[in-house]
Amino acid sequence: MNFVNRLGGIALEQFRGWGHAAYFIWDLLRALPASLGRPWLVVQQIYAIGNRSLIIIMASGLAVGFVLALQMYYALVTYGAAESLGLIVNLALVRELGPVVTGLLFAGRAGTSLTAEIGLMKAGEQIAAMELMAVDPKARVLAPRFIGGIISMPILAVLFSAVGILGAYVVAVMLIGVDAGNFWSIMQTRVDVLRDVGNGLVKASVFGVICTVVALYQGYETEATPEGVAYATTRTVVISSLWVLGMDFILTALMFSTP
Amino acid sequence: MNGPSESPLFDKPFIEIDRVTFGYDSRRTILSDLSLQFPRGKVTAILGGSGCGKTTLMRLVCGVHAADKGRVLFDGEEVNTRDAAQLFRLRRRLGMLFQFGALFTDLTVFDNVAFPLREHSGLPDDMIRDIVLMKLHAVGLRGAAQLRISEVSGGMARRVALARAIAMDPELIIYDEPFAGLDLISMGVAAKLIRTLNDATNATSLVISHDVPECMAISDHIVLLANGGRIVAQGTPAELMASTDPETRQFVRGEPDGPVKFHYPARDIADDFGIQVEQSARTPAA
Repeated sequence: MNFVNRLGGIALEQFRGWGHAAYFIWDLLRALPASLGRPWLVVQQIYAIGNRSLIIIMASGLAVGFVLALQMYYALVTYGAAESLGLIVNLALVRELGPVVTGLLFAGRAGTSLTAEIGLMKAGEQIAAMELMAVDPKARVLAPRFIGGIISMPILAVLFSAVGILGAYVVAVMLIGVDAGNFWSIMQTRVDVLRDVGNGLVKASVFGVICTVVALYQGYETEATPEGVAYATTRTVVISSLWVLGMDFILTALMFSTP
Repeated sequence: MNGPSESPLFDKPFIEIDRVTFGYDSRRTILSDLSLQFPRGKVTAILGGSGCGKTTLMRLVCGVHAADKGRVLFDGEEVNTRDAAQLFRLRRRLGMLFQFGALFTDLTVFDNVAFPLREHSGLPDDMIRDIVLMKLHAVGLRGAAQLRISEVSGGMARRVALARAIAMDPELIIYDEPFAGLDLISMGVAAKLIRTLNDATNATSLVISHDVPECMAISDHIVLLANGGRIVAQGTPAELMASTDPETRQFVRGEPDGPVKFHYPARDIADDFGIQVEQSARTPAA
């Protein structure tokens, strides 16, 4: 009986958490129109979230492109299919690795930064001060960051994929000696802009929403202590990453169920 | 000491706490059936030891929490924490000085003071600039306008926060522990500013503190709170200083023991240490 009670308690607590998060998202969405009327706040956040993530995103994209080209070449050349290298690298990056790895890096770089910033604002009573100045912190602080995040994430994913393809070109064409014309032309003929690039962008946008909402929620609801902020920052990475990986499987199944 | 109803100060109080009971959870009541009035246009200090409910009372006045029982009247209007529009409207009429300033660390001194003006006033930038410099001049920091928050000292930060609190010329200014952690000069400056700004703007000021001498020097009316939100005494500083009530005297004079015990309630000392002592030497259990 005790076990059942505890189980019930855990379930109730879980539902309470979900309800609280849903209420938070609803409030955030209601605050968006006010934020759109102040584009400068959004531009500042695109700079903070997007521009400042460029180095890690592009360096990772380049490294992934290098390794992908090498591994694919070793596998394909065995079957005499090395000319397909450009296509495989492109599809892997645009459909999967671009959105997913960018999502994971975004959660680690921009998500933690958002959580820590808002958590520290809360610990320093800045959020409370704003409320007592009759300024809605969700409209003034959270909504511009939310918009900044969902704009930045797809752009970062595109840049990740683009740099990855360039990295693959360097390894495949310049180092291994795959034919450059073949590398590019197979991409042009076999990659569908809407189905492949478009769905990759949709994935990146969904991951952008998830990572940004998780980061903002964890920051806003953190316990206003150093330990609380540290815990919230860790939770941001863990929860965002799990959501990205889970949603990637669901979206892939929905988008690419037919060959 | 005059009760609130007997004093002309309370003809039309700006804030009225009417039989308020509040606790953060059902197990611990912070304020119990508390009734208080804060006179319009005057400086009222709420004094009391840590944990007596001073800050909780301030939060109730600002509408951060809703009273479990009773009501809080803000210039005659009952504060309803569920009515966001009303809360925001009332909060535009108050300025709040937080204990540690609560300044926006990503903004400069100037931008911190300009923040409420930019959010609410709709004034052009050049007019906002003039108002901000006037407010900073009033707290003696016009020359520090372009400094970052990380570049100002604790005392200066408190003054910047004060300039921000008065930026919108509020009718009610609440000071939460304005003297805590300040050196003697900064404390004197803060006390002088509270008094001067109140007289200059004719605002109602509410000072929450446990610094007795400073509050005695600048307040028109003082409320002494004890644990549970019980009012020990209230009146003018002179009335409190002249009080013969042992609890009031203990607090006003800062005596370590008296009606407010030095020892937290505990078992008999002999029982705790497992020793035999003479009955006369035993510390009575509180």
